[in-house]
Amino acid sequence: MELLLAGFVGVLVASGVYLMLRARTFDLVLGLTLVSYAVNLFIFLMGRLAVGRPPILDARLAPTLANYADPLPQALVLTAIVISFAMTALLLVIALATYAETGTDHVDGQEPRAPEDRG
Amino acid sequence: MSLALLALLPFAGALLLAALPNRRRRLAAWSAAVAPVAGLLIALSQAPAILGGETLRWSVSWIPALGLTFGFRMDGLAWLFSLLILGIGSLVVLYAAYYLDKDDPPARFYQFLLLFMGAMLGVVLADNLILLVVYWEATSLASFLLIGYWNDRKDAREGARMALAITGAGGLALLGGVLLIGHIVGSVQLDAVLASGDRIRAHPLYVPALLLVLAGAFTKSAQFPFHFWLPHAMAAPTPVSAYLHSATMVKAGVFLLARLYPALGGSDAWFWTVAPIGLATLLIGAYVAIFKHDLKGLLAYSTISHLGLITLLFGLDSPLAVVAGVFHILNHATFKASLFMAAGIIDHETGTRDMRRLNGLWKYMPWTATLAMVASAAMAGVPLLNGFLSKEMFFAEAVSTDAHVLMRWLLPIGATLAGMFSVAYSTRFIHDVFFNGEPVGLPKAPHEPPRFMLVPVEILVVVCLAVGVAPAYTVGPLLAVGARATLGTPLPEYSLAIWHGINLPLAMSVVALVGGALLYSGLQYFINLHRIVPLPSGGQAAFAFAQRSLIRGASNLTLGLQTGSLQRYLVFLIGLAIAAGALPFLLDAAPQPSLPLTSVTAVFAALWLVGTGAAVATVVTFRRRMLALIIVGAVGLVVALLFVYLSAPDLALTQLLVELATVVLMMLALRWLPKESPPERSTARHALHVVISCAAGLGAAALVMLVLARPFDSISPYFLQTAVALGGGSNAVNVIIVDYRAFDTLGEITVLGVAALVVYALLREPRLRAASSAGTAGGPPVHPLMLQLVARLLLPLAVLVTVHLFLRGHNLPGGGFIAGLVLTIALILLAVSHGEAWMSARWPVDFRAWVMTGLLIAGLTGAGSWLLAHPFLTSTYDYPVLPLVGALPLASASLFDLGVFLTVVGSAMLMLVSIARLQAGRRD
Amino acid sequence: MNWPHVIVLPVVLPLLAGAVALLVERRAPRLARALSVGMTVVLLIVAVYLATEAATGSVQAYLLGNWKAPFGIALALDRLSALMLVLTSVVALGSVLYACGRGPHGPRDTQGPHYHTLFQFQLLGLNGAFLTADLFNLFVFFEVLLIASYGLLLHGRGSARLRAAIHYVAFNLTGSALFLVAVALLYGMTGTLNMADLALKIAALGPESAALARAGGLLLIVVFGVKAALLPLYFWLPDTYRAASAPIAALFAIMTKVGVYCVVRVTTLIFGEGGGVVAHLATPWLPWFALGTVVLAALGTLAAVQLRTLVAYLVIASAGTLLLAVGLGSAGTLGAGLFYLVNSTFVAAALFLLIDLMAGGRGAAEDAMVPAPLAHRAAFGVLFFVFALEAAGLPPSGGFIGKALLLGATIDVPLMAAVWTALLLAGLGVMIALARAGSTVIWKATDANRMQTMAAQGDTLERVAIGWFALVMLAVIVNAGAVTRYAESAAAQLLDRRAYISAVLGAEPVPPAWTPRSGMEKP
Repeated sequence: MELLLAGFVGVLVASGVYLMLRARTFDLVLGLTLVSYAVNLFIFLMGRLAVGRPPILDARLAPTLANYADPLPQALVLTAIVISFAMTALLLVIALATYAETGTDHVDGQEPRAPEDRG
Repeated sequence: MSLALLALLPFAGALLLAALPNRRRRLAAWSAAVAPVAGLLIALSQAPAILGGETLRWSVSWIPALGLTFGFRMDGLAWLFSLLILGIGSLVVLYAAYYLDKDDPPARFYQFLLLFMGAMLGVVLADNLILLVVYWEATSLASFLLIGYWNDRKDAREGARMALAITGAGGLALLGGVLLIGHIVGSVQLDAVLASGDRIRAHPLYVPALLLVLAGAFTKSAQFPFHFWLPHAMAAPTPVSAYLHSATMVKAGVFLLARLYPALGGSDAWFWTVAPIGLATLLIGAYVAIFKHDLKGLLAYSTISHLGLITLLFGLDSPLAVVAGVFHILNHATFKASLFMAAGIIDHETGTRDMRRLNGLWKYMPWTATLAMVASAAMAGVPLLNGFLSKEMFFAEAVSTDAHVLMRWLLPIGATLAGMFSVAYSTRFIHDVFFNGEPVGLPKAPHEPPRFMLVPVEILVVVCLAVGVAPAYTVGPLLAVGARATLGTPLPEYSLAIWHGINLPLAMSVVALVGGALLYSGLQYFINLHRIVPLPSGGQAAFAFAQRSLIRGASNLTLGLQTGSLQRYLVFLIGLAIAAGALPFLLDAAPQPSLPLTSVTAVFAALWLVGTGAAVATVVTFRRRMLALIIVGAVGLVVALLFVYLSAPDLALTQLLVELATVVLMMLALRWLPKESPPERSTARHALHVVISCAAGLGAAALVMLVLARPFDSISPYFLQTAVALGGGSNAVNVIIVDYRAFDTLGEITVLGVAALVVYALLREPRLRAASSAGTAGGPPVHPLMLQLVARLLLPLAVLVTVHLFLRGHNLPGGGFIAGLVLTIALILLAVSHGEAWMSARWPVDFRAWVMTGLLIAGLTGAGSWLLAHPFLTSTYDYPVLPLVGALPLASASLFDLGVFLTVVGSAMLMLVSIARLQAGRRD
Repeated sequence: MNWPHVIVLPVVLPLLAGAVALLVERRAPRLARALSVGMTVVLLIVAVYLATEAATGSVQAYLLGNWKAPFGIALALDRLSALMLVLTSVVALGSVLYACGRGPHGPRDTQGPHYHTLFQFQLLGLNGAFLTADLFNLFVFFEVLLIASYGLLLHGRGSARLRAAIHYVAFNLTGSALFLVAVALLYGMTGTLNMADLALKIAALGPESAALARAGGLLLIVVFGVKAALLPLYFWLPDTYRAASAPIAALFAIMTKVGVYCVVRVTTLIFGEGGGVVAHLATPWLPWFALGTVVLAALGTLAAVQLRTLVAYLVIASAGTLLLAVGLGSAGTLGAGLFYLVNSTFVAAALFLLIDLMAGGRGAAEDAMVPAPLAHRAAFGVLFFVFALEAAGLPPSGGFIGKALLLGATIDVPLMAAVWTALLLAGLGVMIALARAGSTVIWKATDANRMQTMAAQGDTLERVAIGWFALVMLAVIVNAGAVTRYAESAAAQLLDRRAYISAVLGAEPVPPAWTPRSGMEKP
């Protein structure tokens, strides 16, 4: 399972980064979204794996990491999810505004001289 | 104390002038004269002490860390230079009063002049080397301003910048050298440094230090190969040249040689760097001077050669030579200043400085001519004038040097040659300007200048004569104290007499005089000097080229890196990150521990396949955006399910809802964006991107794997143990969010709120509305009836769920955040189904108020705990028993959570409504 | 004053001020403005007070939510944090005053909505980042200050701003993702987020954990490098700063310093002498990257064809110099760096404002380096000259003192030759660039018409803002002795991390006001 999860994170990162490196703002946003999924999983996994042990405390169980999943990374991920939502939304709207202003959705705010051939 | 007064007077004067109206020329001149004259009196009042061999000191601590005190120290050498600076300074002020044009702002001129004077005084009076550097650079800057005084003239601006670049660079080098010396000696105090010459010379850092210091001195004193800035500095008004380029600024370099002679001098390294450069400068300057047609050009090159002479004398490294050097500093200052002034007068009264047109002025300005002739005779080293004496001493040293055989031959010959050249150009100065036929097409009819404009020249010429005739009675004592302070040892035997009997030096003088005269007449007779077109100086061309190519290179490099391509910048960042992550493993391959792996269940496997497949699919389909968006949504869904599976219900819920919001947002946005991405040609860059992406993916996977394979210990058990008892909630995650780490949450909702505000601000920009209402995309919004029905039914339900989620949040999955999102989703469904207009008509509300109220509540809840003398955000809770309801968990954290709730709803709604509003393209 | 909560005020006050400012903005814009300016002044006072506290040498810790470290989030105030707070509020004051002045197109703070709210939240983010002792909380504050900076950058109109914003936002979002990875990785290794605790736990790791821990550390430093404009991560900066309105660009002068601050913090506290397997993590690399930054930035000033771009490169150059001082990592270099930090921050801000005022009066030429009309040449000339001295590190400026200290402190390090060559030549390059700029813009200036004269005049607030910076810089130079002492002791405090750690981990929670009814179990 660890291997598969690691692989999943890897695939998410790879495809996310690839999309981030595209020349169009919308693709960039999609890429960032994928990367943020990956990052959230990453943070979460740093608390190690736990199946069927949600950190909802139960007086009958000893309060140890053996009985519960690590709550801290979960809290961190919650924060991270919200923040990345805010950021994604903002970037999306900036892209929108730029498109309306400049008429292009190229990340550099202008169509490249040779098609897609700058930098 | 009087020292500090002396040193600061000029700056005070400059300030005074700043207060003056820029047009009152007389007033400006008078108030400018106060500082130098008063200073001169103060300096003279110190004569008894100084002549008595005392050293005056005054200082206050400034920056101990640098060993930098703000202090002054006056010994013979400093005193002698102060007299020079202040004396000639006063004369220049007087002279300039007549020289300046009526449309030259006089106040500014004198301001700069006094700034320079103060800086120069500082250089000679500074009691520690770092302070000396401070003033040193200040002289460069002040001269920059003075040379550029006529700043509407190109040559002035360029001359100024060239001088600054060269001397400023020298200053930086000097700073380096000074720091090294300070490191060697352990102090930068002049007394300490001068006392520890042997220690310095013995230190391995001696040579670097020496070279850096010399770089400073040589650039300042226009020594070969840095000499070329000086002629270009002639673009300055002549008073400036008379002051900076004869008596002061350029003398700072040789002053430094003199000042540090006891510390740095007396070694082969010193001899073989200083002497040859001095000699070269001496010859080159003198030779080039002959062929200059511009009066000031001639004088500039003669200055260069005389500075070379002085440098050479210090380089010869014998006590007598040093005495001669100090002596020649004085003499050169007097005659050269007077000559520059004379040149200025001629320029002023005839309108040109070109010797090919200035001829036979003797008729028109005999008195000026006489003075100029005496001065240039002194420059040529004619007996009975001061120039002769120091030149004799120089010749004497040149023949009596016990240096390397090469030098033993080079010196006397070089000296004589240089003597000849200087006689030649001095002769030309006299003959070409005052005789040699009639003036050619002068802009003005030449005549004597105003009476007082000549006074400074007269004074200086008298000095030349007096010193030349009776040196022992005039300059003798001055020279003695100056030289003694320079050497730091008892003076050698020397006699300041005109006649030393018939000896080799005398012979050399005669050869120089006769030869020089012959050389000049020969040149005029055989190849008329006037016809010679002077070549541009190589150094200047080199400098210009260097500067051009520096700028061009800089631009190319910068533009090459700064391509303005986000893709390239991201490649840099991600690439660097990959390197940072990988390097440690490449550098040391320590064994990684590994725990047994967990087995895979069918459910998980299925999830994994869908997720991975979808993730890959995005890359394949990203050009068809709507499709890609849906697939990304699917990926998000899988992630949420994974969270469920891996026992993180809160995460799952949040992820799900945020997912929903995000997708809705993107769909709304996609209405206004192109539906497809244009195809990309697969270039090398594209390949690079693929590689980078894969590397990043591999890296991330590897990190996860390595960490998961390690045993784990964390602070988390504490939360599990105390969540109920101290946090008052059994949902550890929620307790962490609203209590243990409430501060994070506060920041998080701030981010959300601000994001919403910015989105709102962006989307209400009129331009965008225009674009959208023009219907870039979308077409008329449709409101399917079914959807409307569902939405309306859903709303009350959603409200109930919201309340429920909110209340139980502390103990079971839920909480303000999730509750807020649920409500938002329901509302947005309503908005989408009925159209934003319908909704804001029924429910006109400014969600920005919600956001800020939420933040306020959260913040104030936190501050509330101050009342209980507890830190910010301390939560208190209780279980009040209410009738019917029973014990209700009521934590102040819940109040905080309410703030979160409001902010979330407000922000999410604000964003979504702002975008939804676009389709209406409505104004408000 | 023994009220223990002052340390958290730099975060709480801007939060409240920002929120209220928005609520009152539409009805009473003047009130919002007054509130914002007033709060900035208050923040300055608080910061100065905290600095006097920190100057005593003790490290103050503050347990948010009354949870003992490392379980809750703790704030910590040492000399460095206090210094950063003061810098921030000094720059903020100048910036907000200038923003309130009537610009060429009306006051800059009314070009769009929520200016002062965004401004206050920006301060909140900055102050929080300087105070927090928790790595993840640091991330949160980074996001706060970033989102606010996005808003401020986009404030007003123009496609240039939007274009720059896309780059700035996208680049920093990537940085944030990396930040999270790094933090999570370190948590996965040590199971803690509190930096003091992290420092101890990471030092206790065995060799088998070395590689992972180092990877996490290096990633962290790369992330901070994004903020600190370290080579090759600074390319977004010039366009961004150029696009921002002057007061914002001035405020951004502190932004690169946040990155520098974080590098200093982690390299001394976590990856420093006692770091165990991650000891001296940055030492082999950082100085070289920093040197490259300094040199390229100096070349950038020579290449710049607009004044704003030139100043942007000055910002990069100073950041590079600072990172060099940090990377060399001795007490001497660190102290020198911290001193250099002060005026280099102020002068960048001041130049952005001054240039904006000039550009306003230069007609179509704006800030391009071409001859153009310019009124009040004398006044502009003097100010530009003085600021240029400071920026180029020519005496008697603070920049000169800082550089001299740095050169002095590097005499016996292995890299001396490289460091000296780079610093001295870069200084020369910057000097030449500024001389060119000044001679073109001020000396070659032509006469201005009445409108341009009016525009160049600026109004009182704008002039006060510029004067404020000049005044502060002068004060620093005159009291250079005291400031260097503070910087040196700050460096010493950083290099001896025990005080910080024991203060944070040793802080005791306040005993609870009352305990919940005993026997009452929750249903």
